[in-house]
Amino acid sequence: MSETDNTAPGPTAEDEPRRDFLVKLSLGLGGVAALAVGVPVVSAVLAPLLQADPQTWRKVGTLADFDIGSTHLVKFENANPVAWSGVSSESAAWLRRDSATAFTAFSVNCAHLGCPVRWEPGAGLFMCPCHGGIYYKDGTVAAGPPPRGLTQYHIRVSGHDVELLTAPIPITDITAS
Amino acid sequence: MKILRSIGAWLDDRLGISDTVMPLARHLVPPGAKWSYVFGSAALFCLILQVVTGLALTLLYQPTSSEAYQSLQFITHQAVFGRTLRAIHYFGASGMVLLVGVHMMRVYITASYKFPREMSWISGVFLLFLTLAMGFTGQLLRWDSNGVWSAVVAAEQVGRIPVVGTYVARLLLGGDTIGGQSLSRFYSYHTLLFPGLLLGLVGFHLYLVIRNGVSEPPVAGRPVDPKTYRQWYQAMLKKVGVPFWPTAAWRDTLFGAIVILSIFGLALLYGPPELTTPPSPATINTNPAPDWYLLPVFALFALMPAKIESYVIFIGPILTVIGLLALPFVSNAGERSPLRRPWAVFGSLCVVVFVGALLLLGEQAPWSPKFTAQPLTAGLVHSSDPQVVAGSALFYNKGCLYCHLIDGHGGRRGPELTEVGRRLTPGELEIRIVNGGGNMPAYGGVVSKKELAALVAFLGTRK
Repeated sequence: MSETDNTAPGPTAEDEPRRDFLVKLSLGLGGVAALAVGVPVVSAVLAPLLQADPQTWRKVGTLADFDIGSTHLVKFENANPVAWSGVSSESAAWLRRDSATAFTAFSVNCAHLGCPVRWEPGAGLFMCPCHGGIYYKDGTVAAGPPPRGLTQYHIRVSGHDVELLTAPIPITDITAS
Repeated sequence: MKILRSIGAWLDDRLGISDTVMPLARHLVPPGAKWSYVFGSAALFCLILQVVTGLALTLLYQPTSSEAYQSLQFITHQAVFGRTLRAIHYFGASGMVLLVGVHMMRVYITASYKFPREMSWISGVFLLFLTLAMGFTGQLLRWDSNGVWSAVVAAEQVGRIPVVGTYVARLLLGGDTIGGQSLSRFYSYHTLLFPGLLLGLVGFHLYLVIRNGVSEPPVAGRPVDPKTYRQWYQAMLKKVGVPFWPTAAWRDTLFGAIVILSIFGLALLYGPPELTTPPSPATINTNPAPDWYLLPVFALFALMPAKIESYVIFIGPILTVIGLLALPFVSNAGERSPLRRPWAVFGSLCVVVFVGALLLLGEQAPWSPKFTAQPLTAGLVHSSDPQVVAGSALFYNKGCLYCHLIDGHGGRRGPELTEVGRRLTPGELEIRIVNGGGNMPAYGGVVSKKELAALVAFLGTRK
């Protein structure tokens, strides 16, 4: 029937502005709707970049806990743990007491790909189990693939407490080596 | 009976099974494909297995950084059939990686990616990387100390991307350290984002098979000519084509069933991988290593020169992706038969040998200090000279044994020292110990003069 029916109102020149308006209206409103929903969605995706990354002084022990010349593994809590972090909010550092008041703290993350380095007291070296990165006791590279030495944490003595400034996991960028 | 038949007819009318689905199932395929064509469908069977077992695991798993480890202990040791479920999911992942690899190799060797199937190859490349991404994020969801350190290693790798690396690493971990926010992200990637992309792409991949037809088994001397191929292919199908279901599909079904049953058998026999210690980033006495299918990459990081590594980590994947995506455009016509493409076969063999060798090396990890080495026994020292005995103790105590092999004991990073006393004079030994060199730390600042003398005395007896 429709094939022979030429009397049905087809699009005419007068309709043109109206149709144009409706198309623009639907696309515009669609865009606004997508934007309205998109902002919170993209925010959730990008949240880690939008939050500030606080740093906090954490007590890791008292002066009496550390002998001069010895290296200890100290544990501390992240700067801003969430309620459901559990033990995953823990971090660790290698802490050495150099003198009565001076301390050095090294990141446990190998500068190669972030694996945990172990302090071998007999050898006086930090060794990584993943790809065999080895560091001298001052944190400089002794052997293996790490492109730079171990990262250090800020450390201070406050009264009898030894405090460490929490820091991000050190990410080795392409400019190292 | 009559009622059943009328219900069947009603459903068929409304769903269009006879009209739409059956013609698809019965579409003509070239004859003679035989067993070399079963790997793609077997990979699909594995994917379905992973979806089903993964879904079941989410009923038992707690995706929070504090509770995932306990819930995995529950799944493994308490839940009814939980151990088997986890094991099937684990071996299913291995099976899928393996079959995707074999399928891809078959497609390359028989040049099935040539005209008009370029997009099949391209969607397949993305499917390969999604499969590996699923394997990696899944291993991480175990959220024991190995999982935590895998997350750190992943962040460190993306950290090498120029300019934006640190930001991408933060996005991956959900913050600047591991914490309560980390696992949620990986859980979302592994159970929602990647599977969604994977299933969508698989649908596209299969749609292309229907649209362009299954590639016919290649015949030497019958090159693909894009101008005439489609016409020739349709004529060939009309003449000798066989319906996919059931004439060609029974092999896929049989092989798929064997694969699933093998995975089930392995799961019963070996169980899931044991969890290591709880997910505290402060637990540093771990030995993080990926599951076997990522060990070649792990090995590559240990073996490539450190100077170029940052660039390789970043440029390597890009070049690999570009190379794989370019393949069907670089060679989309001509011979398909492996008999006429010896370099393609040789290249594939090289890749298999290269990846296989890296896998074996990754398994042994000879570049890692062997922390489990035990002090040398008196029998091995075979000397009562106090200086030699002291030297042997120092050899262990100073970590030398972690990297050097003596009579089959110790690590394999440095040269074997079983007979070093024959090779080197005491003076040469002293120089090497004090100065280090190559991949050996300089021990000058670590050992005293007396200790050095004892070490040299001990090594001098190794003849």
